[in-house]
Amino acid sequence: MGKVLLVTIQVDMHDQLAMTLQNDLAKAIASHDTICLLVDISALEIVDSFIGRMIANTAAMGRMLGVETVVVGMQPAVAITLVELGLSLPGIHTALDVERGMKLVERAAAARE
Amino acid sequence: MNTAPIVTKQACFDLHSDIDVVTARRGVRDWASEIGLTVLDLTKVVTAASELARNAVVHGGGGVMCLQVVRQGERQGLRVTFQDHGAGITNIDAAMQDGYTSRGGMGIGLPGAKRLVNEFELSSTPSDGTCVTIVRWKA
Repeated sequence: MGKVLLVTIQVDMHDQLAMTLQNDLAKAIASHDTICLLVDISALEIVDSFIGRMIANTAAMGRMLGVETVVVGMQPAVAITLVELGLSLPGIHTALDVERGMKLVERAAAARE
Repeated sequence: MNTAPIVTKQACFDLHSDIDVVTARRGVRDWASEIGLTVLDLTKVVTAASELARNAVVHGGGGVMCLQVVRQGERQGLRVTFQDHGAGITNIDAAMQDGYTSRGGMGIGLPGAKRLVNEFELSSTPSDGTCVTIVRWKA
């Protein structure tokens, strides 16, 4: 069984930092025996179009490398705001918290075997 | 309710780098919290401000954000004005459409920001750049 890479975003990122994280994640996914990327955004008070796009791009890159991305811990107000903004992040798996995210990963891995 | 809103507090933020965008949205966040906006209204106005601040930096060649607490009769709210020094928007109607993008963006910035606030005003000329004013009233 491969590894789950858990990334917790704890700071309000400026755009360059978000791009750096996106590139670091692509490298980390490729260089470890990763089967899933969990991105914990429970500490983020806002997700604007730039951060939203960074998450969507990371998930798309992961998919091409055979890694599924699960976004966990999105605040309800952030979810409502993203939808009104016009960014509904299609194709991205989400879970309420890390624990539920891990269960989602395990179920997906079991289904594959 | 017909009288013009009175400004009770004001501060300005430079917008020239992506770090300025973070500082500006943190300013909006702090004042939104101070006047007691709900978590949802706070999230909406800070997200709208983040989009507009980035527009000013990326498309407008930098500018300034003016943050105000306004009062009109019994109601209180936040008014945020973004003035840039760019070439202006040639086709405002197109720029306000979902999906329109001038430079490789996602095309959700302006119409998306408008949906997140109570009032939205945009003016743009090639000589003066673009000015966007948003207001979020406390519910």
